[in-house]
Amino acid sequence: MKNLVSYPLIKAHLLISILYIMIVVLAGLAYSLQFIDLFPFPHIEFLSPGRIRMVHTQGVAYAWIANIFFALIMYIVPKLTEKRIFSEKLGWFIFYIYNFLVLATVVMILGGYAQALEWGETPKLLDPFISVIVVLFVLNIVAGSIWPARSKPFYVSVWYILAALIWTPLVYVMGNFLPEYVFEGTGGATITSMYIHDLVGLFVTPVGIGMVYYLLPVLMRRPLYSHSLSLIGFWGLAFFYPMNSAHHFLWSPIPMWTQYASIVASVGVHVVVYTVVFNIFATLAADWKRVIDDISLRFIFVGALCYLVTCIQCAIHTTLSVQEIIHFTDWVVGHAHLVLFGTFSFWAFAFIYFILPKLTGVKIFSESLKEWHFWLSTLGIVIMDIGLMCAGLVQGHMWKSLVPFIDTVVASKPYWWVRTLSGVAILVGEICFLINIVMTCLSGWEKSRGKNEGSQESRAF
Amino acid sequence: MKGLKSLERFSTLFLVAGLICFLIAFGLLGVWPALMTDKLDNSAGEIKEVPRDFKIYYQSVDEYKKALFLGKQIYIKEACWHCHSQYIRPVGNESPRYGLVSTAGEYQNELNKPHLFGTRRVGPDLIREAGKRTNDWHFAHLYNPKSTEPMSVMPSYTWYFDKSTNPPKPTPEGVALVAYLQSLGAWAADVKRTQFDTNQITMPPEPDF
Repeated sequence: MKNLVSYPLIKAHLLISILYIMIVVLAGLAYSLQFIDLFPFPHIEFLSPGRIRMVHTQGVAYAWIANIFFALIMYIVPKLTEKRIFSEKLGWFIFYIYNFLVLATVVMILGGYAQALEWGETPKLLDPFISVIVVLFVLNIVAGSIWPARSKPFYVSVWYILAALIWTPLVYVMGNFLPEYVFEGTGGATITSMYIHDLVGLFVTPVGIGMVYYLLPVLMRRPLYSHSLSLIGFWGLAFFYPMNSAHHFLWSPIPMWTQYASIVASVGVHVVVYTVVFNIFATLAADWKRVIDDISLRFIFVGALCYLVTCIQCAIHTTLSVQEIIHFTDWVVGHAHLVLFGTFSFWAFAFIYFILPKLTGVKIFSESLKEWHFWLSTLGIVIMDIGLMCAGLVQGHMWKSLVPFIDTVVASKPYWWVRTLSGVAILVGEICFLINIVMTCLSGWEKSRGKNEGSQESRAF
Repeated sequence: MKGLKSLERFSTLFLVAGLICFLIAFGLLGVWPALMTDKLDNSAGEIKEVPRDFKIYYQSVDEYKKALFLGKQIYIKEACWHCHSQYIRPVGNESPRYGLVSTAGEYQNELNKPHLFGTRRVGPDLIREAGKRTNDWHFAHLYNPKSTEPMSVMPSYTWYFDKSTNPPKPTPEGVALVAYLQSLGAWAADVKRTQFDTNQITMPPEPDF
């Protein structure tokens, strides 16, 4: 039982993901400076804002989120099924190769080899390798930890993670190869929209929700509020999310019936979000004091609030009349930040604060740094999202009113300042986080070294 | 409730949630519409001659076509498409601002593989850009966007210019990028006009408030 989980492997993925989130936040901040005429490296080809933007988005999806999700999948699934992953050596192989590919992606995007696929700008050359690594990771978990435990029904976290493990390689291969090599023009856009949506809906969302469903009972020390609600939430996600695709290109040349179908399916998102969020809140409501005291539960709580807001946004702004105004504007940018930072990064922070004492054997280094991280991140994302939503409405209405385009740019500048300043708040929060994690690891390392020396001494005597 | 327990088992999760739900959506809302639009005809988009203003750079149609693909590659690697979309919607007064509403058939050619629809407009849409401005305007704008639009937030792309001459001359990549920009929408009915002759631009339809 003691060796159920490979702690060093999880620690490696976790630490490198924290390094990446720093780079990602810095890249995002640098890009935002272009909008207020303060970009720090003008006239340098390899650091031009367009390329930095791709590093920002690719870094979020494939460096930060993917690494921390690899870590939490390799922790949660073996714990729940009581079976080890297939091979630890394969796990280390995946760790090294995958992160080499991530670094290669950054270098090649800056060098000008990006692919024309939103959320998939990984160079064409690297796509096959990443597909193979993802499949290997899936086999490592499914063959080792899930398949041998199949005789019994699984806990809700395993449903979500198992489904995500099947969806992710399918989605990755579909999005990276079909629009590039098979379908041109509008047909390619149909597939791209499916990829954009499914990367968040079928990879990030199910793993994130699965993780919350694992942490909640463990941290609250009581069962989930409702099993049936989690069942409805899961099957709602499995059925509705894959069909949401074309709502990313409404009013585009994609056949109108496809757009209508995706809008109808988007309304189904309501079913998923209310059941999941109600289940989370009802479980938390049993003991609010614990929620206030435990930083992980607080991150889950704020993450769930952001999830509620984003998903209501999602189901409302995919109607055709709202799309008319907010499409192409900063509203969508705010929405994306609320999903990937406000919800899933917050839930990942909850997991990191939960797991780190187990990995290092010591308590988290500083309580006050934790608070700074929590409050700066929360404040940052709330202000950023409100600012960008307002910017989106201003831009959309001004475009419709047919004023010269440049006037809408000028009108957006105050909002872009708000975005940059809230980005600074987030950056400072992440620096507190980094310091806290590094210090915790160092003290854990010292403690284990002291223990080893101690045990050697006791052996000598 | 006993029957529901099968919903929590490996085979149901793997087959129904993992494969069937995904494949239904992929087939119905992905491949089917893609096959529908794939069959559309785009003979209007065929390139038959080198536009007048590019004759000094490209001698043959083949050379010009090659330049368009090179230009598109640059457009992708600089992530132009993250700030400039490439389709006009039938709503939001986009047609009066930019030109004819996009139709599916327009995009059915090799140059749109992969497509560059884009999802954000920090700058204006570019699918009806052909002939709206002169090549010189584009070169000046790419070298220093603030020279043509003082409040612009677009970055400058000075590395597509040879700075040893005064004024800096566009490199072959820079010319290819402008050739690509000037080709966007050249096929559409309302921009079929003598290039750069502003008098012949069709009047936009009445705005809809």
